[in-house]
Amino acid sequence: MAIFLDGESRLIVQGMTGSEGMKHTTLMLAAGATVVGGVNPRKAGQSVAFPDAELPVFGTVSEAMAATGANVSVVFVPPSGTKGAVTEAVDAGIPLVVVITEGVPVHDTAAFFQDSVNRGTTRIIGPNCPGIITPGVSNAGIIPASISGTGPIGLVSKSGTLTYQMMYELRDIGFSTAIGIGGDPVIGTTHIDALAAFEADPLTEAIVMIGEIGGDAEERAAAFIAESVTKPVVGYVAGFTAPEGKTMGHAGAIVSGSSGTAQAKKEALEAVGVKVGRTPSETARLMREVLGR
Amino acid sequence: MDLYEYQAKHLFGKHGVPVVPGAVCETPEAARVAARRIGGRVVVKAQVKVGGRGKAGGVKLANGEDEAAARAADILGMDIKGHTVHRVLVTEAAEIAEEYYVSFLLDRANRTFLAMASVEGGVEIEQVAKETPDALAMIAVDALEGCTPEKAFEIVEAADFPAEVAEEVAAVLVRLWDVLVLEDATLVEVNPLVRTPDGRVLALDGKVSLDENADFRHGSHADLVDTASTDPIELRAKSFGLNYVKLDGEVGIIGNGAGLVMSTLDVVAYAGEEFGGVRPANFLDIGGGASAEVMSNGLDIVLTDPAVRSVFVNVFGGITSCVEVANGVKAALATLGEAGKLKDKPLVCRIDGIRAEEGRAILRDAQIPGVELVETMDEAARRAAQLAVRGEG
Repeated sequence: MAIFLDGESRLIVQGMTGSEGMKHTTLMLAAGATVVGGVNPRKAGQSVAFPDAELPVFGTVSEAMAATGANVSVVFVPPSGTKGAVTEAVDAGIPLVVVITEGVPVHDTAAFFQDSVNRGTTRIIGPNCPGIITPGVSNAGIIPASISGTGPIGLVSKSGTLTYQMMYELRDIGFSTAIGIGGDPVIGTTHIDALAAFEADPLTEAIVMIGEIGGDAEERAAAFIAESVTKPVVGYVAGFTAPEGKTMGHAGAIVSGSSGTAQAKKEALEAVGVKVGRTPSETARLMREVLGR
Repeated sequence: MDLYEYQAKHLFGKHGVPVVPGAVCETPEAARVAARRIGGRVVVKAQVKVGGRGKAGGVKLANGEDEAAARAADILGMDIKGHTVHRVLVTEAAEIAEEYYVSFLLDRANRTFLAMASVEGGVEIEQVAKETPDALAMIAVDALEGCTPEKAFEIVEAADFPAEVAEEVAAVLVRLWDVLVLEDATLVEVNPLVRTPDGRVLALDGKVSLDENADFRHGSHADLVDTASTDPIELRAKSFGLNYVKLDGEVGIIGNGAGLVMSTLDVVAYAGEEFGGVRPANFLDIGGGASAEVMSNGLDIVLTDPAVRSVFVNVFGGITSCVEVANGVKAALATLGEAGKLKDKPLVCRIDGIRAEEGRAILRDAQIPGVELVETMDEAARRAAQLAVRGEG
């Protein structure tokens, strides 16, 4: 068991034939993921040779699903084509779409997210995220598989590099699943979705939640933890020094007025019993205390 | 990106939201010409991206061209909450019978769009929301369905607009939604939307925020960037495709990944408390790749800032391993050293992650003067803060 991504996951890659798609398909295969094909309407019928497999290219997500039994799509399509690619995957009814692409216009994300809500058959992770890894089992995205092996910690984070940093700090303990949900203003899977799934996952003993400035997702996650999470949660929030009105790299990481500050998020989490670290290292120490190792 | 009022109104006009004619002026003489062309009573309005212009004396009525020029002379160069006024907008002074408020914005929490409307316009909408929340209608707008005429009437009804303006306000809402979608905006706001005594409905003031991720399909949006008011180092970073934000401290920061860099700023600020309040000088994310070229551009930009007294390079090697990162740092420092740009600014480097030991060995063996390797992020931050105080190097 794990969350969202497990041994039954059969992956296709939209944008597999591009440079990022090629590089990361190679890495996903090396990490043990069952990648079964790619999608590119202009290269349908061809196949691509990787060190670990020769993969067919399909014209559409529907064809790829019918031919391979794929149930996860990882999207590396550039921003101008992302809305079309994700909408196609959602309309084909694939259960999970992981959108790695950075720089997707928020109107496009709002549209494909609404489409997924209306159809009710697809979970979207991202966009602008590193994806999801269930160490030793599968990897859908760009999280380096060699950072950490399997273990009892569930991790959910808005940030890619902080995901890697935290996995590295706790690599001797290991992770059930680590999921990067992305730092855009609109994202498909939220902290709350991941917390609920980790709570239900028997392999997860404790959860690390990494947030950052902007929006109120952390505050709402805190309310959810108070009501519905019994497993210990350790938190970290980035962006205490970020000035108001300036975007810090992630389109969603912007403090507007009094809302969205790191301090407010930290206080909301601590108020419901979540231990919040001042630095990534201190957060890792808090997790060690929680697990007693 | 937030737009100036005159830019917002230009987009309103382009999509059929009714606005009064006006002209943007950078000199009193230009304001005189604009007032003459418009004729009669005009309003001279400071163009700054901050609320409360009226209270600060940045919005003045003028009778005729002489007064318009005089008011423009008063307002140009004025400081409004730290923003210098470089331009004024001269517009026809519309007669006002009633003031309303309408807007569409991205609703992050519900991952959809939101319409807000009130018949109590002309004041800060946050004030209406706080003092008379019942007077502010908030209606969700589906991203796929948009603001149809039916939806527009639903908003008009919810906000209790008078029957005689219902049709016009609904029409304005449909067009304002077009501005939001067709220009890829995350906020379009009209405050006030007014009814004139002769029954016209006009957008007298407006705010628009554009989504820069959508610039690839809006060639004209590049012209809306106000380069004169942007920090020159930020502009230079942008030309390299780097994400840089100038801050007010002394420790220059370079890292990979937005979250890690934000975290690095925090850790430096904590460490700096011990040294009399040393703070980060900037945010600079060089992205996942961290190649020699990108690292060199990044270092060059950070070292350009005269406020920087030490530099902290904080990189986590993932897909790009620490070996590649270390080679990138080494090459970048060699280039900058030859150009004499490393003088007087000590550099603390922390690299961790995949193949960390090999990467560190590369930098250690290179023995670059003024460069220190520190293993952990917390300790490296402390050392960089300490060096910023001492100004060693």
